[in-house]
Amino acid sequence: MNLISNIIMGIQNLRANKMRTFLTMLGIIIGIGSVIAIMTVGNSLSGSLTNSLSSFGITNITVSLTNKDSDSNMFRMFMRESYKESDLMNDDMIDEYKNAYKDYINYVITSESVGSTTVTNGDNEAYISISGITSEYKDYQEIEMITGRFISDEDNDNKQKFCVVSDQFVSDLGYSSYNAVGLPIRITVNGYLQEFTIIGIYHYESETSESFSSSSKTTTNMYVPISTAKYLLRSKDGYSSFTIVSKADIDTTWLLEQTQSFFESFYTQNDSYTVDASNMEAMLETMTEMLSTITIAISCIAAISLLVGGIGVMNIMLVSITERTREIGTRKALGATQNAIRMQFIIEAIIVCLIGGFIGIMVGLGIGAVAANILGYQASPNIMSIVLSVLFSISIGVFFGYYPANKAAKLNPIDALRYE
Amino acid sequence: MTNKPVIKLIDIKKSYFEGKSNELEILHGINLEVYEGEFVAIVGESGSGKSTLMNIIGALDKPSSGEYYLDDIVILKANDKQLSTIRNKHVGFVFQTFNLIGRMNAYKNVELPLIYAGVDSQKRKEIVNEKLKKVEMLDRCKHQPNELSGGQKQRIAIARAIVNDPSIILADEPTGSLDSKTSRTVMDLFHKLHKEEKCTIVLITHNLNLAEECERVITLSDGMITSTRKGTRYHEFN
Repeated sequence: MNLISNIIMGIQNLRANKMRTFLTMLGIIIGIGSVIAIMTVGNSLSGSLTNSLSSFGITNITVSLTNKDSDSNMFRMFMRESYKESDLMNDDMIDEYKNAYKDYINYVITSESVGSTTVTNGDNEAYISISGITSEYKDYQEIEMITGRFISDEDNDNKQKFCVVSDQFVSDLGYSSYNAVGLPIRITVNGYLQEFTIIGIYHYESETSESFSSSSKTTTNMYVPISTAKYLLRSKDGYSSFTIVSKADIDTTWLLEQTQSFFESFYTQNDSYTVDASNMEAMLETMTEMLSTITIAISCIAAISLLVGGIGVMNIMLVSITERTREIGTRKALGATQNAIRMQFIIEAIIVCLIGGFIGIMVGLGIGAVAANILGYQASPNIMSIVLSVLFSISIGVFFGYYPANKAAKLNPIDALRYE
Repeated sequence: MTNKPVIKLIDIKKSYFEGKSNELEILHGINLEVYEGEFVAIVGESGSGKSTLMNIIGALDKPSSGEYYLDDIVILKANDKQLSTIRNKHVGFVFQTFNLIGRMNAYKNVELPLIYAGVDSQKRKEIVNEKLKKVEMLDRCKHQPNELSGGQKQRIAIARAIVNDPSIILADEPTGSLDSKTSRTVMDLFHKLHKEEKCTIVLITHNLNLAEECERVITLSDGMITSTRKGTRYHEFN
């Protein structure tokens, strides 16, 4: 009795009871399908997480002030810190750092958020979020200028009331990008009406997830010199946090340690605050780990449905064997060995599980792709989980098929032939 | 009788519930020889031990004591695999209820013992077609068992029984489920196989009319052979 004729016979037997076979498979389909779907969504999620965090620059180092009294950190998270001017990191420190590590870093990005507001021109409205920045910001964020120029170091030195706005903002106001340079923009900052002059227009790239909030008007960034922003906000001279962009191909872990100790040295005398240098890499690791834990946990629940499916297969095999007792007796009378009978039923169980598993993979990939799309991520199926599912369905077939098959093989041919 | 015995049973006893208080001895020491090319009928009332004897002859069951040789093979010592081979190659079963396997067409049913024997597919095709021709069922080979009449089913079952050219055909009430007309065609087929193919046939029946057509009639009563005689109408068919 060879394998091929066993497989052909198994398929024939399963086709004879299509409805029952399908219902048996359903358990496997749901089990495998949900595992694959969850794995796909989990995979897509962590993939897009990595992507979005990388776009921030996972090697960028963020230096920020933290309270020395670490116990109150949890509580202070919800409160706005009120730093004294002497607590803040200042330009001198940054310049010193820039000099010391100029071979390892590209730029140091400082910024000051001014706030969001609406600008009107007749009936036209445009929403903006205003940030005070330095000239390096353009390269850091890869801002693409359409016309005019970006904020320069001189603008910062002279606290110029210049601004750079997006093409979206300009067209929302009803202007053309090419003749908007030089136009005045009136906005209220800190209670006073201020007039800024547009010196450049950049290309606004809408994010993919924006399509879901298309009804509301887009808010774009308006950039002004950071010195101007600080002056208008009457804010203290210094920074509570800034970002360091390191050069490619350097040991970021080493630079992180160096940066930490460099800035810490300024705070040895400070009772309340110290600095904390961190990068996204560590954060990404934690998040990916967390995500995979969740994926595994949900997969375990899905695996239980697989187990139930397997028991369903076993149940149906037992029914099928009782139903086919006479057939088994006849086969034995015709010369089937115990092994041949056992093989026949195990193969039948494996076929059910394999076909079920295959449909399950298809269903799971489909659901996973749809779910990932709805969540707005790129669907990325987990190849490993597919291979595992196939192997797992085969083992379910063997495991849950063995007992019934063995029972069939051990049947006494006389009793089996006499069975009514 | 010049031929050698195909079956040799020496003092065969069979008990159920052996060693228990309700031990029941069905066969009380059967001595029987069936020779090559013989057509033997075993007759007896219900409960006389016919079926038990047939199961032992067909290697489906083992006797409690005694010696049994089939083609000089000692059946008592055979394991499952050897018993399967014996049933596959040395014995051809024909049942009262046909026992064709549903969902498999006539051709596939006949082919099954050859598959268990490990014959390659090309050879199988030749043999199956030859045997189907012999039982005049070649034109129905694609039919499912439930599309065939009782007589047709039994002819397919006979083709299946002879497909491995067994030493002995063991027919247990082969006409028990058939009307008299189809019973006749089935019996004629057995006579034809006996005459033309020199098949050794053991027919188990309680129909004395049919038993008389056989070469030798063995009467079984309460687990003992009570008489052995020639079939009175055997000459009519030979």
